[in-house]
Amino acid sequence: MIGGRFAGGAARVRNPINRAPSLLLAVGLPWLAIMLAAMASFSPIIASAPVLPPLSFMMLLGWRMLRPTLLPVWAGLPLGAWDDLFSGQPFGSGIVLFSGAMLAMEAIDARFLWRGFAQDWLAGAALLAAYLLLSAGFAGLAAGYPLPMTIGPQLLLAVVLFPPVTRIVAVIDRLRLLPLKRI
Amino acid sequence: MARSQDRRPGFSRRAQVGIFTGYVVAVAGVLLGAVLLVVSLFNPGAFSFARASAAEVARPLGVAGAETRVASQGIFAAIGAYLNAGRQNAELSREVAAARANAVAMRAIEAENRRLKVLLGIAETQPRPIAAARLIGSTASSSRRFAVLSVGSRQGVSKGQPVRGGGGLIGRVIETGPDTARILLVTDPDNVVPVRRASDGLPGFVQGGANGRIDIRLINSGINPLHKGDVFVTSGSGGIYPPGIPVAVATEPHRDGATGHLASDPSDADYVLVLPMYQPTAVSALEATQKAAPPPPEDEKP
Repeated sequence: MIGGRFAGGAARVRNPINRAPSLLLAVGLPWLAIMLAAMASFSPIIASAPVLPPLSFMMLLGWRMLRPTLLPVWAGLPLGAWDDLFSGQPFGSGIVLFSGAMLAMEAIDARFLWRGFAQDWLAGAALLAAYLLLSAGFAGLAAGYPLPMTIGPQLLLAVVLFPPVTRIVAVIDRLRLLPLKRI
Repeated sequence: MARSQDRRPGFSRRAQVGIFTGYVVAVAGVLLGAVLLVVSLFNPGAFSFARASAAEVARPLGVAGAETRVASQGIFAAIGAYLNAGRQNAELSREVAAARANAVAMRAIEAENRRLKVLLGIAETQPRPIAAARLIGSTASSSRRFAVLSVGSRQGVSKGQPVRGGGGLIGRVIETGPDTARILLVTDPDNVVPVRRASDGLPGFVQGGANGRIDIRLINSGINPLHKGDVFVTSGSGGIYPPGIPVAVATEPHRDGATGHLASDPSDADYVLVLPMYQPTAVSALEATQKAAPPPPEDEKP
């Protein structure tokens, strides 16, 4: 039952007869993955320019596209707050943008129900561009100084890296549904 | 992909209400976020406690990362050194010969300097650094430039203290937790550092450009006397940064200043030093006058 319920309505996973995915992993792994991606700022890279793409936001979009109903619509509120703690943006910018992206994805789902790889990439690229522009705008407001537009290379990198990130999400999704629990 | 069953509640009252509540919470999240954003724009330190505790949680991760960074740089440096060992050897031998000659001259000047200082009665004390630490994180995906240090208030670090690496100035502390501190890098546009040209003391200031470059502006505008390769050091005005720390090297002079790059790239520094504030009394006096100052006069209506 669990495998069916939390597969999010897509392909059902065939389990051995007395095994099922662990509930904790099946529900918690997407949250954990997005939260860990937000902590990428504690990586060995000490950057003197915005170079790293917004990994946690890309991860959120990846999960939202792969399993549309796994994360609740309000998931942007806690995940955005977590991202704000590490990203260096003024607190609240992640909450607004993550929640806004979840609502935008609902609208995209309602308008373009049947999407392929290219359409998903296009939607992801549009949301990433909006996210980076608004983040830079909020950061500029916080610095009290019009920031030069330095997000070009970052945006390009984020758009190019979006498909690989969705592949990583797919690998994590397989881990998530490993039948580990004995019934 | 067809619409998921979870979004088609049918006649189930419970499922309908559940979906509706989800949307209500999501919209409330956007509004709450907007309110928090406005609060933190007007009071940037409002959520520093949350950021500090988050940094404490992520500290082990960052320390491990910093160690790998230093180790991997060592490996690449060693490989690079093998590749051009011969040419480098010849160059270094020439440099050593020149340096020996210089060193003798320097020793004579130093001795003379010491003698003159004794004559003048100047007692010069070099401030002891407060702590040595590693940079364990940075905001690599935001347009703001912050970094996180592996020491905090328990090691005596407090707000406003300058941080320097081996090559030069890195930034200043803006928030502290028990074992971590957040620093504002020189490349952030919010960080304005008073500087002077190392060769002749020409005053100016340096402001970050958020893209890794920094802007050098002169106080006396007019003819731009800057050249490529000019080195700028802190001047000590403002009272935060002690004088004489290298900050920037000019790369492209333009109409009223120059674009430059940092004297010390924070990603190259294994360890950084937290220094005491240069003139804490001057800084607090300045802050007090700013607080006590009356609001700017409004335009009189005709």
